Amino acid sequence: MSALPPNPAAPLQAILRRHGHDPSALLQILIEAQDIDGWLPAPALTQIAAALGLPRARVEGVAGFYSFLYDRPVGRYRVLFSDNITDRMLGNRALLDALCRKLWVEPDKVSEDGLVSIATTSCTGLCDQGPAMLINGRAIGQLNHRRINEIAELIRQQRPLDQWPAEYFHIDDNIRRRDALLQLDMLPGAALAAAVARGREGWLAEMQASNLRGRGGAGFATAVKWASARNAAGTRKVVVCNADEGEPGTFKDRVLLNTCADLVFEGMTLAAWAAGADSGFLYLRGEYRYLRPQLEAVLARRRTAGLLGKGILGEAGFDFDITIHLGAGAYVCGEETALLESLEGKRGTPRIRPPFPVTHGYLGRPTVVNNVETLAKTCLIALEGGAAFAATGTAQSAGTKLLSISGDCAAPGIYEYPFGVSIARILEDCGASDTQAVQVGGAAGICLAAYEFQRRIAYEDVPTAGAFMIFDGSRDLFEVARAFVHFFAHESCGFCTPCRVGTALLRGFMDKLNDGHGAKADLADIDWLDRLLKNASHCGLGSAAPNPVIDTLQKFRPAYERRLVSLDFEPAFDLDAALAEARQLTARDDPGAHLQTHEEDGR
Amino acid sequence: MKQFLLDGQPVPFEDGQSILEAARQAGHYIPSLCWHKDFPAHGSCKLCIVKAAGRHVSACATPAKEGWEVESATPEMNGERRALLQMLFVEGNHFCPSCEKSGNCELQALGYEYEMLTSRFRHFYPDRPVDASHPDVLLDFNRCIFCELCVRASRDVDGKAVFALTGRGINKHLVVNAESGRLGDTDFSKDDLAARICPVGVILRKGPGFAVPIGERTYDGQSIREQKLKEEES
Repeated sequence: MSALPPNPAAPLQAILRRHGHDPSALLQILIEAQDIDGWLPAPALTQIAAALGLPRARVEGVAGFYSFLYDRPVGRYRVLFSDNITDRMLGNRALLDALCRKLWVEPDKVSEDGLVSIATTSCTGLCDQGPAMLINGRAIGQLNHRRINEIAELIRQQRPLDQWPAEYFHIDDNIRRRDALLQLDMLPGAALAAAVARGREGWLAEMQASNLRGRGGAGFATAVKWASARNAAGTRKVVVCNADEGEPGTFKDRVLLNTCADLVFEGMTLAAWAAGADSGFLYLRGEYRYLRPQLEAVLARRRTAGLLGKGILGEAGFDFDITIHLGAGAYVCGEETALLESLEGKRGTPRIRPPFPVTHGYLGRPTVVNNVETLAKTCLIALEGGAAFAATGTAQSAGTKLLSISGDCAAPGIYEYPFGVSIARILEDCGASDTQAVQVGGAAGICLAAYEFQRRIAYEDVPTAGAFMIFDGSRDLFEVARAFVHFFAHESCGFCTPCRVGTALLRGFMDKLNDGHGAKADLADIDWLDRLLKNASHCGLGSAAPNPVIDTLQKFRPAYERRLVSLDFEPAFDLDAALAEARQLTARDDPGAHLQTHEEDGR
Repeated sequence: MKQFLLDGQPVPFEDGQSILEAARQAGHYIPSLCWHKDFPAHGSCKLCIVKAAGRHVSACATPAKEGWEVESATPEMNGERRALLQMLFVEGNHFCPSCEKSGNCELQALGYEYEMLTSRFRHFYPDRPVDASHPDVLLDFNRCIFCELCVRASRDVDGKAVFALTGRGINKHLVVNAESGRLGDTDFSKDDLAARICPVGVILRKGPGFAVPIGERTYDGQSIREQKLKEEES
């Protein structure tokens, strides 16, 4: 038996007190506790577990799940380079190497003086102004060698981030095309007043008439979700806004939260009015933590204006408020049941469904989970009516869609189009030329080749959560697919066998091809893994993980085939590479320290 | 009584029963590793994968439905199960000939049942040190398949929560409830249900090693299919 842990230090006690020693706030407590030392020492986990009445192993399990929680020291300046394919295309690797060289530190390690650590992280949602990085949680875009030199100098001088040039932290919205939503100039509360005037039933009827479908990609009818939660047994219903925008290449939610936060919060309140919910959560991805202060300010203003709190707009019984909950670097938490687990302070493992969140969601309560854009759109419906909304877009896809456009084009940024717009039209508008392929919907989406550019953005043709990454003729689509495969292997929660092992195996096969050891047999194994992942995975992450490979193998097969050595089978094991550690230990890299592993080498 | 068709055979079921439970009750074997009759469905190993009405689902976590046509013992589904077993074998370090659990191990028995002749995929050879700190029990993490049966048994039955999973993806791993990370520093006991529930060879009693000789163990004389259906009858 271990001895009782010593009492937590004052800062940790203050954090625990602020969260009322509530075990369901575990993730929030860990995030804040980490701010004390920059990482989570083992005794801190023991103290937190004791204070919350949780087994220590469970706290360790949660701390170990999220990429932004650290169980070992990191640098006082913690640099994370965004590593989406669009960042790579803009040269992030060379910048990372340059920064490491200037600061005398190896990637993924802490400098000897504890000053700095440098690593990569999944897409940070700045693809329109990359390459990007997070430094101690704050985002910097438009990196180049000049900026990297300056950053190295500032770190060397140990200048606090507050004293860094403000323009570093300036994030552009880059709104390039506005339609119904982005043209809307609404006084806060106007949509809510319209919906309250209609009554709960009348408002839900308006939503039903609008045919609004979820903008997170799956396209479920929003009104059906709201009505199901409303009709579900139980009180204390919940509305959750899913702002865990982790899909590589997507950044529309960042822009909506930055400039239209009122629309998002008003949409949440509209959902609460329809579903009869009294509490709301904005699940904000850890990468967007820098938006939190301004979002809290908007919430405070709305409370003062009577748009949140008790008796909203003077309507007796209409009580609703919103809490911001931070994520900590886990793409899988964008899956709604994993998000709910995370909201409850647990590991972000997707639940078994049924039951569905509308009946058994947050803490078992009926819960509506909607995408940021979906909620913002409900303001349009409240103001202009369901029929007007349903009349735009296509028959099966009403309204507009925000696209996050990045990659090889003249004007990356946010474009709002009515559903039904063709890929070709979008490419023309954003100034793309010599386009080889477009990845729509992010890593989990679909890769379209030039012969498909007449297809349209709509649930019935090319559905998307909003990512739109463009690759011109100079790009290697195998590299694109390999980057996405690495992403999924990194983000797999590890719950089910096919995804946990399959994504790691797939990564191994793609690396084997990349390293010049590929054989035809590998393509057959890749096919087989793709099918198994698609069929047997527990959630959408695993079943979408092979998509980039399936599409590119089908449409850009030469990109794979030119990497094969023309054998039926080729071992992945590389004897010479296995000697790398021995070479490092002996500080040798001469020809005598290498083995000839290929017949071709010997000739 | 309501029924569905499993590989063409009618299987009766009660409302709320899963495909797997109803099938086993009716004498049809659907394999599993993480499922246990005394615990709610977990759905992580995916060995029980079947095709119900054309869709792949976990038989343990899917309530049976009247009139469904369910495919289970088909070459397609068994092929997928074999691949899942191969994944579990290459992910950890499984050396059956030297393992105390050989012959009593469900993973090994399923390997035989589904005619797994090679590991097919590249081995990961993870570095997972053993924990011999407890006086009565050895933990050999090399064989863990993340079924969480020990996690669930310790938490829900023993009331101790000795085990938990941490990490993510292929780096997920089992930890114990002590700051030192050592089982000897927890309140774990050899009499806990969690000490007896591991389907593979992670949680092993110290002392009585190889008490039953190889060749006379649970799955040496009969297949896991026969054994599990026999357990169902008793």
